Amino acid sequence: MMPNIAVLVKRVPDTNAQILVSGDRVDLSNVKWVMSPYDEYALEAAMMHKEAQGGVVTAITLGAPECDKVLKDAKAIGVDRIIRVWDDSWSELDSNQTQMALTSAVKEISAEVVYCGKSAADTGAGSTGPGVAERLDWASASNIIGLEFEDSGIEVIVPAASGNARTGISLPAVVSCDKGFCKPRKPNVKGIMMAKRAQVEVLAAEIPASGINIVSHTPPPQKAPGQTFDGATNVPAVVAALRNDANVI
Amino acid sequence: MSETVVIAETKQGMLHSVTAELVSAANALGSAPTVIIPGTSDSAAAAVAELAGVGRVIACVGDCFSTYDAASWAKAVDTCAPAGIVVCAASQNGKDLASRLAARRSISVVQDVVAIDGSTLTQPIFSGKAMQNIVLSGDAVISIRANTFAAVGEGDGAEVTVMNQSADIATAVREMIAKANERLDVAEADIIISGGRGMQDPVNFVDLERIADALGAAVGASRAAVDTWEEIPHSMQVGQTGKTVNPSLYIAVGISGAIQHLAGMRTSKYIVAINKDAEAPIFKHADYGIVSTWEEALPILESELKALLG
Repeated sequence: MMPNIAVLVKRVPDTNAQILVSGDRVDLSNVKWVMSPYDEYALEAAMMHKEAQGGVVTAITLGAPECDKVLKDAKAIGVDRIIRVWDDSWSELDSNQTQMALTSAVKEISAEVVYCGKSAADTGAGSTGPGVAERLDWASASNIIGLEFEDSGIEVIVPAASGNARTGISLPAVVSCDKGFCKPRKPNVKGIMMAKRAQVEVLAAEIPASGINIVSHTPPPQKAPGQTFDGATNVPAVVAALRNDANVI
Repeated sequence: MSETVVIAETKQGMLHSVTAELVSAANALGSAPTVIIPGTSDSAAAAVAELAGVGRVIACVGDCFSTYDAASWAKAVDTCAPAGIVVCAASQNGKDLASRLAARRSISVVQDVVAIDGSTLTQPIFSGKAMQNIVLSGDAVISIRANTFAAVGEGDGAEVTVMNQSADIATAVREMIAKANERLDVAEADIIISGGRGMQDPVNFVDLERIADALGAAVGASRAAVDTWEEIPHSMQVGQTGKTVNPSLYIAVGISGAIQHLAGMRTSKYIVAINKDAEAPIFKHADYGIVSTWEEALPILESELKALLG
């Protein structure tokens, strides 16, 4: 079977970016945007799957036209199709809306396996992979740190309480990827040229009403300034403070 | 007022202590929750029933709970859990299950909640570089970050109902592989000592391990250390592209304090920084900073702790 392989990618601020709050929302006008770091492992996993078993790889993102860049980045790596799900009336989508939109795109291309990052660098939530799997009534594995392809499915390694679990999964399935089991490839010149000419397919989707209202964004609570000591001879004083003032040891 | 439901956190069949914090969060939402225990044991059910602020306990028993399988757990737990606001632990499996449950019910999931004030929930975004304050407009599933809500104490004893509820598992564990590193996981630890590239060589992490042993702490690392040295696995990485941690005490050794590292550990209750560069950004975030090389500071730290803790 030549699988239809989907990979979900997201445009997020670079993890080295400062995030400022202006008014009651974060101000992202001056940050550098990148593909969310864990999505790079998902993309690599999707490409490895195609190399092992053939098939077609489709990268899917959710967002406004500026998100085409992450799709073009995926195209430069070698995916076959690039799809963006969006409607101009959408803003501040909650998890329910996001997952419904992405699920409809996955259904649209009749994918048998979906790879995504274990969480996106902006929300850090990690809800999308398992949430999409539930809506499709598929199996899922989250935070995988190992991946092998088999005739009738895949084998993944996931961290568990008592060790790492080598786990067999029949397809269809959603697989969310941690760092560490592969090294994401870099685009070559030919890939970059292909990506420039590639057409982004734009899909619409029906989504429910949001279940949350975002009231505000605020800067993180600031700690009171601490004490700095010069030289290792102050280590005993710090240990005493941790014991007597902070009560943490 | 919505009904609240707590999904108890278990670890290898035993009740995890964070469950008492989940009950506390449910109480903050305004009601005494129904606590669902997935794959319960008698001792876990009894322990939950003893907690203060619990409405009732449903011990959910089924074959699917022998190993974690997201799809079957979500199906079985969904059948046992009444409608309402569902509270899970923001652990690896807790967040996964929360996502599945919310999707099953076509409601929102709000992960990593760190504060509840009336109807307003606060969650970190961009790994804590900013906070997002939201109000729910209906039922939702929320996950609660450990160490942010005070645990409830002992109560009068709640009624326990046992429900047999299983589902077909979608994934099959073939083998458990022992972790190469048997040390405590940074995501689980109440004290963490982390090393950065300032440790100069991965073999020097042995010095951190000795101090960790004295403290009962986990050993973490910065991204720079993980990316530079193959010997330091990604499972040790603390930061925006590693693990977000919230311990009582975080000791950063030879870590300059890059934004993405700070994002992963800034909510630690107390931060100690040891760095030879007095200008290192980590000092701005430390409660106690020591400007020193690790070679000088760590032996003194180790002997002081051993004298204190025995």
